[in-house]
Amino acid sequence: MSPAETATMSVTANGREYELPAGASIIDLLRKLDIDERASGIAVAVDDAVVSRSDWEETILSSGASVEVITATQGG
Amino acid sequence: MQREQTDAKVQADDAASAQDSLEVGSHTFESRLLVGTSRYPNPQVMLDALDAAGTGLVTVAIRRMNVEDQSSESILSLLREHGFHLLPNTAGCYTAREAVLVARLAREALGTDLIKLEVIGDDETLLPDVEQLIQAARELVDDGFEVMAYTNDDPITCRKLAELGCAAVMPLASPIGSGMGLVNPYNLRMIREEVADTPLIVDAGIGTASDAAKAMELGYDGVLVNTSIADAQHPVQMATAMRQAVDAGRNAFQAGRMPQRLYAQHSSPMEGRIDVS
Repeated sequence: MSPAETATMSVTANGREYELPAGASIIDLLRKLDIDERASGIAVAVDDAVVSRSDWEETILSSGASVEVITATQGG
Repeated sequence: MQREQTDAKVQADDAASAQDSLEVGSHTFESRLLVGTSRYPNPQVMLDALDAAGTGLVTVAIRRMNVEDQSSESILSLLREHGFHLLPNTAGCYTAREAVLVARLAREALGTDLIKLEVIGDDETLLPDVEQLIQAARELVDDGFEVMAYTNDDPITCRKLAELGCAAVMPLASPIGSGMGLVNPYNLRMIREEVADTPLIVDAGIGTASDAAKAMELGYDGVLVNTSIADAQHPVQMATAMRQAVDAGRNAFQAGRMPQRLYAQHSSPMEGRIDVS
């Protein structure tokens, strides 16, 4: 097996580090976090930029990327 | 004949008050009472209180999804099921950069252009960082948001926020969660005179019903409360009181109060008094 096929990378999601295969997309990350990508009321930012839901499939994460997955909660 | 005239007048008054809705940006709300969703003893009390308040717009915060425990999503679906329109806030943001990102995430998550903009300068007072607030407001207005800006009670800051195009300007009565009521009604009066054309909503520091009524008597377009209801001994009852207070204050404002006088003015006629020797 070539190195590329076994390559993994580390991304930070909601403040914690996760190992993902190189070339993983936002959808792949959500699945790893057990978050239903069809759930409404959630949004994603990668390196301080919002990524629209329609782009989650195509957006490939780079190693060291910082991802925030948010939702609405109780607040004043 | 007199009874008919009275009934017709009551109907006309009801119709007038029925049309007295709150307009913020592209939205119209029947209730002038906005309510927050935090600090309630449990979700059921929250829902009962929001119902008792008769509010149409409730605030929510934007936070990381809890990957281990995803049950907090149920708050969002509970609120939506009950038909409340959601106003996301940028609570916990200290810089314009943070607030702008949170606002954009909120818009993406909830599909609304409304944002309650908070940019905090200090953890003890939760007073806004005015410089960062104005910068964030400008950027968000340019990006098509309908910005409802939480601010301090400085008339100049309020005027600037209104002039740059905020959908509503929301000066505090006193610090968030303090319950101290309207500590500076003089500034709030000046702000109302200074900002004639933008909706003004008193946000923060309201402690009990009379505070809400006072804000409405000053001619404010609405009030936003959270802790005053959630931290009351009987939140649902306080929510009812707040609804009544906002109505009473609004009615009193529209009725045009009597002038205040330094000296007494007889309220009974002096003519026709008996002579007692």
